[in-house]
Amino acid sequence: MKFSLAIYAAPYSSQASATALKFTQTLLADGHEVYRVFFYGDGVHNGSKLTSPPQDEVNLYLDWQVLAEQHSLDLVVCIAAALRRGILDQSEAKRYEKEFDNLGAPFELSGLGQLVDACVNSDRVITFGA
Amino acid sequence: MSNRKTAKKLLFISRKAPYGCATAKECLDALLAASAYEQDLGLLFMGDGVFQLKKEQQPEAGRQKNISATLPVLSMYDIKDIYLQASALAERGLTADDLVIPVKALNNNDIRELMEQQDQLLSF
Repeated sequence: MKFSLAIYAAPYSSQASATALKFTQTLLADGHEVYRVFFYGDGVHNGSKLTSPPQDEVNLYLDWQVLAEQHSLDLVVCIAAALRRGILDQSEAKRYEKEFDNLGAPFELSGLGQLVDACVNSDRVITFGA
Repeated sequence: MSNRKTAKKLLFISRKAPYGCATAKECLDALLAASAYEQDLGLLFMGDGVFQLKKEQQPEAGRQKNISATLPVLSMYDIKDIYLQASALAERGLTADDLVIPVKALNNNDIRELMEQQDQLLSF
């Protein structure tokens, strides 16, 4: 079955982001397809490459990155929600004349249309952190 | 609402009060964005989400944009299937007269049926 995930929760503030990661890992292990993971609202913070948890805690950012590389996952971060919260890729940092960017690959900024597209092209869209 | 047979039925479920957290606004942002894609869209207010419909909101003092100003324009975006959970309205001491737009009130059985008709549920 083809799944997409919508994640609205920041990492470490609630269980939702970690649960979404585990759910994605389980889907892939069971042979399902993950069409897209869409990060919206506070969920955009999952894409910050500056995330630096203590070493004895799970590193959600790195785990998403590794999983995405292993399975060519499409990790899309809502651009409108991200810009407000100070999550910028290189080109947005340049556009807004900021000294730094903090969105790590393979997370990508894109519009809410990607969430709609995920709804249209997936059998199931599962929301985390609503 | 789109007449295209390929359109998917997407129901946006908004369960949060209008201010205090960004969820209500971000639900409406997502809904308005979706209106550009010719899908069959619906919006359901449940729980504290019914407060978004209340007349005479004055959020400007809290430096917030007025959510209730967005609701009357939804019909211009072809979003006409707007529902609320009847029990949620009553539990909060509100009636249809308190709302900025007319909304179809559904009991919980109607809501279950509405959800069953959808291709996707988007919960906010």
